[in-house]
Amino acid sequence: MKNWMQLVLLFTSISATSALLASGGMEEGGRAMPVVSNAKWAAECSSCHMLYHPGLLPERSWRKMMLGLDKHFGENASLDAAMQKEITAFLALNSADKQDNRRAKRINQSIPANSTPLRITETRYFTDKHDEVSANTFKRKSIGSASNCVACHKNAEKGNFSESQIKIPR
Amino acid sequence: MRKSMLIIGLLLSFKTFAATPQELLKQYESQAKQEHSAFAGFSAEKGATFFKTERLHSDGKKVSCATCHTADPRNQGKTRANKVIEPMAPIVNPKRFTDRAKVEKWFGRNCRDVLERACTAQEKGDYVAYMLSIQ
Ligand code: HEC
Ligand code: HEC
Ligand code: HEC
Repeated sequence: MKNWMQLVLLFTSISATSALLASGGMEEGGRAMPVVSNAKWAAECSSCHMLYHPGLLPERSWRKMMLGLDKHFGENASLDAAMQKEITAFLALNSADKQDNRRAKRINQSIPANSTPLRITETRYFTDKHDEVSANTFKRKSIGSASNCVACHKNAEKGNFSESQIKIPR
Repeated sequence: MRKSMLIIGLLLSFKTFAATPQELLKQYESQAKQEHSAFAGFSAEKGATFFKTERLHSDGKKVSCATCHTADPRNQGKTRANKVIEPMAPIVNPKRFTDRAKVEKWFGRNCRDVLERACTAQEKGDYVAYMLSIQ
């Protein structure tokens, strides 16, 4: 009798856990940023590093960055005027403060109104989420720096940072 | 149907500025003649030296073309942000020096980053000649 009850208990707890896991997974999926695409952006902004989703920074950050491409983090990433204009418009339209996406909103909320960060890695949202990842981990040869999101989040370029997809390389 | 394909093909080739490395060299040659009346051809050897020579940048770091493209242009290189750069030598990467706009864009950026000035047509020609000489 006792054994039988234990079995039922075990069974219900297993199915409850898997239901919870499944809903957790759904929630993570819901947090993935919407798929966005623009051929010029994809080609021009991915030659030196991974492609950063526009939802990772607010419009003012993208506009400031796009006006200083000749001195972009110590490198010359300048574009001709037409290209610069089109990519700026695309980034602005899909930026963190223009998106109805939970993650994008949280990033935006973590940035004080009077600051215009050019790095996602400098936002409070980013530092809070990564406070358990050590500086040495980011410096690993297989990673390089915190800016290289794809090293740990394999679907980062699609705007997907869900916890189930995180794997820190050795 | 055939005609429209031809036109589309033509438009595409204009749009991407398709060229062969030899056509590119010819273009740099005529520019180099304008820059220097004493132009004496391109040199793969000078191109190799240009590629590997480290210069002290005003930010205090030593940098050369080989910093990112590696000392052997048949190898994959790496950007400062840890992204792979496909090899520069056409023998292993035939896409190199076939898109005029792309070549000019990167000479424009990388020369300013490394030399803190634009490259001359002589330097560009020597560089391409060096890459083509690699077997
Ligand atoms: C010529 C190379 C080059 C090109 C082209 C380039 N970048 Fe960058 N970018 C860099 C470098 C170098 C860094 C600094 C990386 C580091 O510190 O590890 C950087 C950093 C960034 C960062 C900050 C990442 C962080 O730390 O949060 C963003 C955002 C960014 N780039 C966006 C863009 C966009 C948008 C474009 C296209 C318009 C672009 N980049 C094109 C070289 C480039
Ligand atoms: C060294 C590996 C590594 C790199 C590089 C990295 N991350 Fe992360 N990231 C993690 C880990 C580990 C976590 C989970 C932390 C936790 O669960 O407490 C995380 C969590 C996150 C989360 C929260 C996920 C969630 O749903 O809670 C976001 C968003 C995120 N990272 C974005 C980024 C962005 C954007 C970049 C690049 C600018 C980046 N990460 C670079 C390892 C990394
Ligand atoms: C900071 C890293 C870096 C340095 C230093 C660098 N390059 Fe580049 N170079 C790149 C990247 C990134 C690309 C574009 C990615 C690609 O085409 O694979 C590129 C592409 C090129 C191309 C385009 C070739 C083609 O047909 O696709 C040329 C030409 C070039 N570089 C010349 C140079 C020269 C000349 C120097 C030295 C004066 C130099 N590079 C130094 C990073 C660098």
